Amino acid sequence: MSAPPTKDLAAGAARGRRGGGLFRAAWRHGRTRVGVALTGLIVLIAVVGPFVAPYTPTEFVARPFETGVDGTVFGGDNRGRDVLTRFLWGGWTLLILAGASAGLGVLAGTVVGVIAGYLRGWVDEVLMRVNDMLLAFPQLIAALLVMSIIGPRTWLIVAVIAVSHTPRVARVIREATRAVVEQDYVKAAEAIGLPRWRIMAVEILPNVTGPLLVELGLRLTYSIGVVAVLGFLGMGLQPPTADWGLMINENRQGMIVQPWAVVMPVAAIAILTIGANLITDGLSRAAIGIDRGVGR
Amino acid sequence: MMLRLVAIRLFFGLLTLWAVSVVVFAATQALPGDAALMILGRDATPERVAALRDQLNLNAPVTVQYAQWLHGVVQGDLGTSYSNRSPVTEVLNGPIGASLTLMGLAALVATPIALAVGAFSALRRDRAFDHTTSLGTLVTAAIPEFVVGILLILALGPGGLDVFPSVYSRNGGPEQWVLPVLTLAFAVAPPIVRMMRATMIEVLESEYVQQARLKGLDERTVLTRHALPNAIGPVAQVVALQLAWLAGGVVAVEFLFNFPGIGKVLMDAIENRDVPLVQAVVLLIAGVYILVNLAADVLGLAANPKVRVAR
Repeated sequence: MSAPPTKDLAAGAARGRRGGGLFRAAWRHGRTRVGVALTGLIVLIAVVGPFVAPYTPTEFVARPFETGVDGTVFGGDNRGRDVLTRFLWGGWTLLILAGASAGLGVLAGTVVGVIAGYLRGWVDEVLMRVNDMLLAFPQLIAALLVMSIIGPRTWLIVAVIAVSHTPRVARVIREATRAVVEQDYVKAAEAIGLPRWRIMAVEILPNVTGPLLVELGLRLTYSIGVVAVLGFLGMGLQPPTADWGLMINENRQGMIVQPWAVVMPVAAIAILTIGANLITDGLSRAAIGIDRGVGR
Repeated sequence: MMLRLVAIRLFFGLLTLWAVSVVVFAATQALPGDAALMILGRDATPERVAALRDQLNLNAPVTVQYAQWLHGVVQGDLGTSYSNRSPVTEVLNGPIGASLTLMGLAALVATPIALAVGAFSALRRDRAFDHTTSLGTLVTAAIPEFVVGILLILALGPGGLDVFPSVYSRNGGPEQWVLPVLTLAFAVAPPIVRMMRATMIEVLESEYVQQARLKGLDERTVLTRHALPNAIGPVAQVVALQLAWLAGGVVAVEFLFNFPGIGKVLMDAIENRDVPLVQAVVLLIAGVYILVNLAADVLGLAANPKVRVAR
């Protein structure tokens, strides 16, 4: 969605802007701070939520879709469970699944990208061709196909999303690596005969952290979206788990009489993704190094 | 040069399509259960099941089954739906039209507005309009499309201003198209806006635009004759990519609005474990996705003078 031009990222990487400096540079953008605040708020709710929830997530406290019940703030959901409790419980699963799939996808994509970009030749050719094929499969459809065949399993959700991220990350990291490989310090390392895996791990990897972090942010934003949409389609976590995506699916029939059960998870997902994307944007502006005239 | 590059892309597009067909077929092979039993239902006699197994060639090696299936697919025979026992192509006929109409309307609404907003942002660079657009696209690009849809329902549907219905029904009027189309348009527009803006800024700073201004041409001519034509190439590519995204993006939106398109067929088919139907829809969506991506690639090549003119 808001992927910055790969070329610029590569150029930024070549100039060697690394981790800590990148965060400092990103922090100077107002939107990064807003993003951190928004994301922080939702993460806080998701992490602290289960400890402060008034009931257990499967306890019946009201009639289905009943509001204004004594002892509840937002009433009951489609089966009469406390909406507030389910909301407070439903965030951490989303965060963990999204975090794990984004992390794994970026890890795999980075390995593939650095290897392809550094070794070049037929390795590069083969990896990128496979990449192109994986890219040709729409993310959500791939996930739905696998889920429908094997059935919705937690590890499968993470695996499918991670695999669908890998080629997208690999493409960016390969581009960045190719720019870094041209630098003198890599040539120097080659000249003194360092093994290739060391050059990739010690000389190249630290110098592609800029695009790497941007990709991580971008993939995290997408992951949240895919995990949520799978839950919404009933193909993610299964009942009776309290999960924001699933909560929207379960309660959308009663949206008019009991809006809270839909509004709260919807708002949380929206705020979370907006926050993550704002941070990503800040990072990418910092990584590109040049402000393309978009202001702060 | 140009033709060769296009031919290579075309070859890899077909190769990918073939790979997708293998994946889709293999995935269904991994499924527990017997296709013959699924078609006939649980109370079929063993003799009938055995007969149908023979007829469907289920005892043949997997590779032979795949070859037969692919042969059928190429000829437009996608098998028989398990749930209503009619040919898959018949089941998909109506939904494909509905989905294409939905996607087409969304593209028609989103593209011109996105292009205009992007171009105007570039002209108003660093002013209030530009900042608002930049933030706006960032926000709308982040939110998953079904969340956008629900927010639209809450605002404009029953429970909100109550101007448009939130669920599609067979005998509803044209107003029930508004929210699904709007949702998809919101999902598609942000990257187009951003690309248009970035490209326009680049073009406006170029020497030929400055030259045109120095020649004393009025700003309107500079824009329409010199700036816009040069911005079209890269933007057209992004537009095509967004259209490709629509092929997969309709699923959640159709599910949300209960819209009778391929996305809803897919979700129903998954629910009923109707394998031939799932295969067909996935193949269809992947096929459209690959083809449109290919078109985007070719557009990108055609818009690049270095490629177009070189021999």
